[in-house]
Amino acid sequence: MSSYSIKMTVNGKEVTGEVEGRTLLVQFLREHLGLTGTHVGCDTTQCGACAVHVDGRAMKSCTLLAAHVDGSDVVTIEGLADGDTLHPMQEAFREHHALQCGFCTPGMVMSAIGLVNDNPNMSEKEVRHGLEGNFCRCTGYHNIVEAILAAQQTMRG
Amino acid sequence: MYDFEYHRAASVDDAKSKFGGADDARYMAGGMTLLPVLKQRLDQPSDLVDLGDLDDLRGISEDGGNVVIKAMTVHHAVNTSDLVKSKIPALARLAGTIGDPMVRNRGTIGGSLANNDPAASYPSAVLALNATIHTDRRTIAADDFFEGMFTTALDEGELITGVSFPVPEAAGYMHFPNPASRYPIVGVFVAKTSDGARVAVTGAGACVYRVPEMEEALNANWSPDAVAGIKVSADGLNEDIHASAEYRAHLVTVMAKRALAA
Repeated sequence: MSSYSIKMTVNGKEVTGEVEGRTLLVQFLREHLGLTGTHVGCDTTQCGACAVHVDGRAMKSCTLLAAHVDGSDVVTIEGLADGDTLHPMQEAFREHHALQCGFCTPGMVMSAIGLVNDNPNMSEKEVRHGLEGNFCRCTGYHNIVEAILAAQQTMRG
Repeated sequence: MYDFEYHRAASVDDAKSKFGGADDARYMAGGMTLLPVLKQRLDQPSDLVDLGDLDDLRGISEDGGNVVIKAMTVHHAVNTSDLVKSKIPALARLAGTIGDPMVRNRGTIGGSLANNDPAASYPSAVLALNATIHTDRRTIAADDFFEGMFTTALDEGELITGVSFPVPEAAGYMHFPNPASRYPIVGVFVAKTSDGARVAVTGAGACVYRVPEMEEALNANWSPDAVAGIKVSADGLNEDIHASAEYRAHLVTVMAKRALAA
């Protein structure tokens, strides 16, 4: 089978790589680029631990081919903070202790930013509904929802 | 996932020629179903023809009394479209129940219809609204399109380009979702169309189907009460760890009632 040369922007930097047709975006990020903040949880498009932004939209990188996003602009959890200054969503997760083991957290944060970008005036119910594609097995979601409600206030300024 | 040759189509014609030149190709729209299928090794195509660059297959417009949704339009776009929300709000709401927000950012209406999963949501809307499916070579009426489990009237290599939905007088959709996958265990779309009432059920059987006895009752009286007493047969309905055939049959009536009340 063939290999494919791909080029994309990841966290503001242009990157290139050689991938197989079947290489997933999450494999490319973790194994080729060493960006291991994006996690593989279920590997079946359900848990959302692999969430990243592709051309500004939150998507599950375990269900995208690397070749499929050739030429796209990708942002991962590593691309959010500005030096030591956390993104408002990360800061809210820290402030509200919106995690226990932390495994789902990168995906939660990326997904949550996508939700706020679409609607910065979500009710608690809308936040919970919006998190349907992100599983947390520790927290019961309570503090995650609190954090997102707080972050949307900061993000809308 | 078994490996395959990957191609990116630059146009509909290019997609067809790449498909035709391969041994055993599949088109990929959003990939939200195809990639999980390939990851489970349930399919092993020689080649994948990615339709992701076909921007002229994206968009929603109004044409006469129809809302036309092009094939590569993602569920999020249908869910949030002002046109769909004003003309066929039940369809916009249905799009917002598919998968989760991240799946809706990638999954497409064309991909969903071509796959014809027995539990997919869109087929119920297409069938109940008496929509027309446009392909690269013809138009297909909804009643002729859905042939069976994962089977449609599409020929090998035929590509869906869009769907025209006639604007109904009234319509509603309600489903009972599987709590893990969010797929409808049973979903019912009801529509009051220019040809009378149409009721389409997804999730319950091998393929989306209509319920003539409910349609007849609704032609006489468009209300939840009209269908409340109609029991549908459990014969041939799906049965799995989530729901028995009898339970699904019961849900058809309950979801129809709620769709009419929605």
